[in-house]
Amino acid sequence: MSSYSVTEPSARQKWAAGTLVVIYALITILPLLWIIATSFKSPSDAIAYPPKTLFEPTLEGYVNLFTTRTRATEQDLKELGEPKTWYDRIVRKDGFIIAGPSRFLERFSNSMIIGFGSTVLCIVLGTAAAYAFSRFKVPLKDDLLFFILSTRMMPPIAVAIPIFLMFRSLGLNDTHAGMILLYTAVNLSLAVWLLKGFIDEIPIEYEEAALIDGYTRFQAFYKVVLPQAMTGIASTAIFCLIFAWNEYAFAVLLTSGTAQTAPPFIPTIIGVGGQDWPAVAAGATLFLVPVMIFTIVLRKHLLRGITFGAVRK
Amino acid sequence: MLDSSADRAVGETPPVVSKRSRGLSDRAIAWLFVAPSIFLLLAVNIFPLIWTVRLSFTNFRVNRPNAEVQFVGLKNYISVLTDGDIWQTMQATAHFLIWTIVLQVLIGFALAYLINKKFRGNDMWTTIIVLPMMLSPAVVGNFWTFLYQPQIGLFNYAVGYLTGTDPSTFSMIGDVSLAPWAIVIVDTWMWTPFVMLICLAGLRSIPSSIYEAAECDRASKWRQFWTITIPMVLPFLMLAVLFRGIENFKMFDLVVQLTGGGPGSITELTSINLKREAFEKWRTGYASAYAVILFVTVFGLASIYVKALNKVKQR
Repeated sequence: MSSYSVTEPSARQKWAAGTLVVIYALITILPLLWIIATSFKSPSDAIAYPPKTLFEPTLEGYVNLFTTRTRATEQDLKELGEPKTWYDRIVRKDGFIIAGPSRFLERFSNSMIIGFGSTVLCIVLGTAAAYAFSRFKVPLKDDLLFFILSTRMMPPIAVAIPIFLMFRSLGLNDTHAGMILLYTAVNLSLAVWLLKGFIDEIPIEYEEAALIDGYTRFQAFYKVVLPQAMTGIASTAIFCLIFAWNEYAFAVLLTSGTAQTAPPFIPTIIGVGGQDWPAVAAGATLFLVPVMIFTIVLRKHLLRGITFGAVRK
Repeated sequence: MLDSSADRAVGETPPVVSKRSRGLSDRAIAWLFVAPSIFLLLAVNIFPLIWTVRLSFTNFRVNRPNAEVQFVGLKNYISVLTDGDIWQTMQATAHFLIWTIVLQVLIGFALAYLINKKFRGNDMWTTIIVLPMMLSPAVVGNFWTFLYQPQIGLFNYAVGYLTGTDPSTFSMIGDVSLAPWAIVIVDTWMWTPFVMLICLAGLRSIPSSIYEAAECDRASKWRQFWTITIPMVLPFLMLAVLFRGIENFKMFDLVVQLTGGGPGSITELTSINLKREAFEKWRTGYASAYAVILFVTVFGLASIYVKALNKVKQR
């Protein structure tokens, strides 16, 4: 009993706590696994009752996601001869032929362009502002957190009206540039707040030493402060990226054609005769799985962004 | 501190050299670094806000750009506040807000408390629990409509299996009495981890010496929980409630994909209602007044709440 500690839970407590948490985690992950599983089902397996856990995997959902198809008569199919590729074969089995590519790839790459574009811009602007807020006397400094909070109190729909009007008069509606600017602005106040927290932790003595060695203030910033702040910058960037990637309200209101991202597009995937669930699931899987992998790999760095910097370390 | 040492460095080098090698002054750099961000925030956050307020006093409609815009005074505000539908919307929002916060606080705190027992592998399981909140609410909401399908949905099947009812006899998103709970369930599934993470940070911030002292004083575990754990976690918990409250007050993406406000308008939360007014009926002036009222409400409630939070923190 010499190693007994009042704060260390007993083995039995640990076991009980662990069991309960694992049960909750398994329940919580089940819908996500179900999405992934459904994406590999055939349409009839997807709507089978009782729900099928064992099924023959097929890529039909993914083929349907990336293509548009038209129904073909037996005559047409015969005239076309043998299917040339594996995806042709999958489609023809149900009496369809591929008419062309769908818009999913375009929507997906819009999400990439807007996501990465706004993240880069937000980090460049945010790091500079955070450095100034951290090291200099700047007006508005003390109001920053309150400002972040108040910009987040406005429902996106409410600001969407004037932004819609403003973008229309500037010709920014439904453009990549417009969406990048918008997402940058939405993320910026939080990014500055997070980055300021990271830069505050870098001892000011490093820069003072650099200044005495004859560096200019600007050189001290990018040769001394930036490398030290890299982890913080990276975790803020991930947070900005995930936000822009997931955003729906602005995307659905301000984009329709050229700059539409994936979240407003995925729910509109409809098959012949009812929603094509495997195709929807395939789209959701391709869209959600990168974020899941990101979260698992970078979990340590994400915490601060998730909790709005409320939690240090 | 900084200025004096920098000045000293300048003083020790000849003035001509110093001027060149110093480059821009601190003041100039500060402005150069902050100005672009301030400009963008003013242009995309503040300016639209002011514009919304201005529009709220007019009868402007986006779909009729050539019609004459008239100043109508407080007419829009009066018609928003006397509209019966708004109060129904507010009720739906209140139901959603209260139940999601209650459930998320209870489950989130319980999970954090259990994870803080530091069992083996708690890190990995925490990450798995966090996954839902990282995902796109619209895509997730859309997919939950599949899980909620009466005959084929996994959720209905699981409930049917556990309770012995026929899964095709109830429809979570088609039934007026179940739909408000359908959105509460998905939001709780998605955002409980957020409350959990903040609680976990709160629990980990309590120094173990406090418990050791309490143990020396022979305080029971039960007493320790109520007099140490709860008061020390409370500021964190209140912060989590503030963030969840603000987020769920403006909830749009998840619910609009899940139920679209239906059946009827039973799950039509304020944001969905606002979207209908602004982008389907195109009553821009009316919707702007509505937006201003919502903003003032949230702003007022949040300010009172933050004051209370600061009091708890100081205790």
